[in-house]
Amino acid sequence: MALQASQPTERQEVPEEGASSPPRWRVQVDRHRAFLSSLVFFVVMLLAFMITSPAVFLSTGIYLSVFASSLPLVLIVAVPLVFVFVSGEIDVSFPSVVGIAAYAFAASYAQGLDPFAATLFAIVVGAFVGFINGCIVTYVGLPSLVVTLGMLFLLRGLVQVLSDGEATSLIGLHDTLFEQIFMAKWAWLPAPMAWATLLAVLGLALFSAHKFGAHVRAIGDNSAAANQMGIKVRRTRVLAFVYVGAAGGVAGVLAVTINSTFYPTTGDGLLLLVLAAVFVGGTPVWGGTGTVAGAIVGAATVGFIETGIISAGLTGNYTQLFYGLVILLSLVGHRISNKSALTR
Amino acid sequence: MTPLLELRNVSKHFGHAYALEGVNMSIRPGEVLSLLGDNGAGKSTLVKVVAGVHQPDEGEVYVRGERVSHWNPAKAREQRIETVFQDKALAAQQPVTSNVFLGREITNRFGFVKHRAQRQEADRLMRGMRFTSKVLSPDSPVQHLSGGEREGVAIARAVHFNADLIVLDEPTTALSLRQAQEVLDFVRRVRDDGTSVLFISHNMFHAHEVADRIVILDRGRVGMEADQATMSATELIELMQSTARGDAHA
Repeated sequence: MALQASQPTERQEVPEEGASSPPRWRVQVDRHRAFLSSLVFFVVMLLAFMITSPAVFLSTGIYLSVFASSLPLVLIVAVPLVFVFVSGEIDVSFPSVVGIAAYAFAASYAQGLDPFAATLFAIVVGAFVGFINGCIVTYVGLPSLVVTLGMLFLLRGLVQVLSDGEATSLIGLHDTLFEQIFMAKWAWLPAPMAWATLLAVLGLALFSAHKFGAHVRAIGDNSAAANQMGIKVRRTRVLAFVYVGAAGGVAGVLAVTINSTFYPTTGDGLLLLVLAAVFVGGTPVWGGTGTVAGAIVGAATVGFIETGIISAGLTGNYTQLFYGLVILLSLVGHRISNKSALTR
Repeated sequence: MTPLLELRNVSKHFGHAYALEGVNMSIRPGEVLSLLGDNGAGKSTLVKVVAGVHQPDEGEVYVRGERVSHWNPAKAREQRIETVFQDKALAAQQPVTSNVFLGREITNRFGFVKHRAQRQEADRLMRGMRFTSKVLSPDSPVQHLSGGEREGVAIARAVHFNADLIVLDEPTTALSLRQAQEVLDFVRRVRDDGTSVLFISHNMFHAHEVADRIVILDRGRVGMEADQATMSATELIELMQSTARGDAHA
C-alpha cells in the first residue's frame, strides 16, 4: 500500500466519487482563455492611457482617428492570418501582397478600368499570390516561413520595378460612388473600418462556425489524423493561404484609397503590426489552436499603442520599442495562462 | 448465419515475403473476434486488408455474403467497416465532439457546423459507452483524456457512423491495467448493441477476456481458431506457445 501511495497517479486515472463536472462558466472561460486574456490586456492598457492622458483618451475623437488609421488594414489581414497560423503554417508575405494589390488597383484604374473592377482585379491578384504560396508550401513541401519570406521580397521588388518607384495619385476618385462606399464615412464610422468590421465578422463565423475553421484546426493539430478522416489537408491549407492573399488584396485597395495615393512602399509597415495583433490576440505558433476574436482585440491593442504613446508625451521613436515589449509580454502572458489551465 | 465479413484464401506478399498466406477467416454479426499473434505474424497486414488499405494479392473478400472487388478504404467505410488504427487519428487539442465528427461534421448546406446537434450526439455516445470519469464532457480537449478514454472516443466515432464492424488495432497497447479494462468495457458495450468487433492484440489476457471467438495468426497463416468458451486463458497461452514453436501445423 505504502508503495502504491508513493507513486504519482495520473490525473484522470481515478475519478473521485462525487466529483462533479466543472461549472459551465468555468468551461467557457477555459475555452476562451486566450481571447479573454488578450481582452483583459487591452482594457488594462486602455485604462493606463486614460489615466496618463485623460484629455485625449476620454474624448471620442481619438477613437475615430484610430479607426481611420492603419487599424482597419491590420484587422483585415490579421483575421485570415489566424487561419494560416492555426493550420500550422506562417505567412509573412502579406505586406508585399498588400503592395502588389495596391499597385494592381492603382495601375489598372489609371489605365481607365472602372474602380470596382480594379478592386476585384486587386483581390484576384492577392488571392493568386496566396495560391502560389500555398502550392509551394503544400505540394513542393517547403517551410512556409521561407517561402513567404521569399515572396515578401519578390513582390516588393516587382512593385518597385513595375511602378518605377513612382507614386500614383488617385485624385480622380473624388466625389464618385466608389468614394462613398470605400473611402467616406458610414454615418460616423470611416468606411474602411466598416469593411474591416464586416470582414472580421465573416472571419469569426468561418473560424468558429464553419467546417473550414474546424478542418483548419484539425490539420494544424494532427494533419495525419485529419487526412485519415478524409479531410483534404492540402486543399484546406492552400485555401487558408488564398484567404490571406485575398484579404491582402482588399487591404491593398483600402490602403490606396485611404491616402488617395499609391506609394511603392504601400503595406510595408504592416508586417510588425499584423504579427503583433495575432500574437497579442493569443494565437500560438504551434498550430491546432488560435482565436480570431483574440486577433480582433489584438489589432485594437496594436492600433491604440502608437496613439497612446504619442499622446502620453513620448515621441514616435518609442513605438517600435513598445510594440516589441507588448509582443514579448503578451506571449509570455499567454504561455503562463495556458499552462495554468493545463495543470489545474 | 451469413458472416459479416469473410476472407477466403487471402494472401498478401511484399516482394517474395508472404505476410499472409491462404488466410480463411470470418467474422459473424455481433461477435467479438480476437486476433492474436506474435510480432510479424501478419496481424497488421490483415488489419490493413480488412480496412481496404491493402488489396489482397490472392483470394477474395466477402461482405455480408457478397464478394467485393477493388476493395479500398472508401468501400470498406461504405460497407460500414470502421478501423481504429493504433494512432487513433485524434486531434488532441480539439474537444471530444470535434474529434467524433472529424472530417464528417454535421453541417447545413452552406457548410456551417451544427454545433448543438454534434454536441448532443457526442454526449449521447459518451453516455451510451459509459465514460466513467465525471469531469469529462463533450467539450473536453482530447489531450485531457486518459489513453483508454481516447480509444473510447475513437470507438464512439465508429459507432456514430453506424459501423457494423469495428476493427481495433492493438487498442490496449501502452495502456495501464485500469485503462485497458476501460477499453475492454467499451468493446463489450459496443458488442452488446449488436456491432461486431475485430480485436487485434498480442496481449493474450485481453484478447481472451473480451472475445467470443479467437483466431491465432502464425507467420501469415491461421494457426488456430476456437470459441472463447472452450478454453481458459492459460490453455490459450499454452496453445500460443506451441503454435509459436510450430507444433500446430507441423
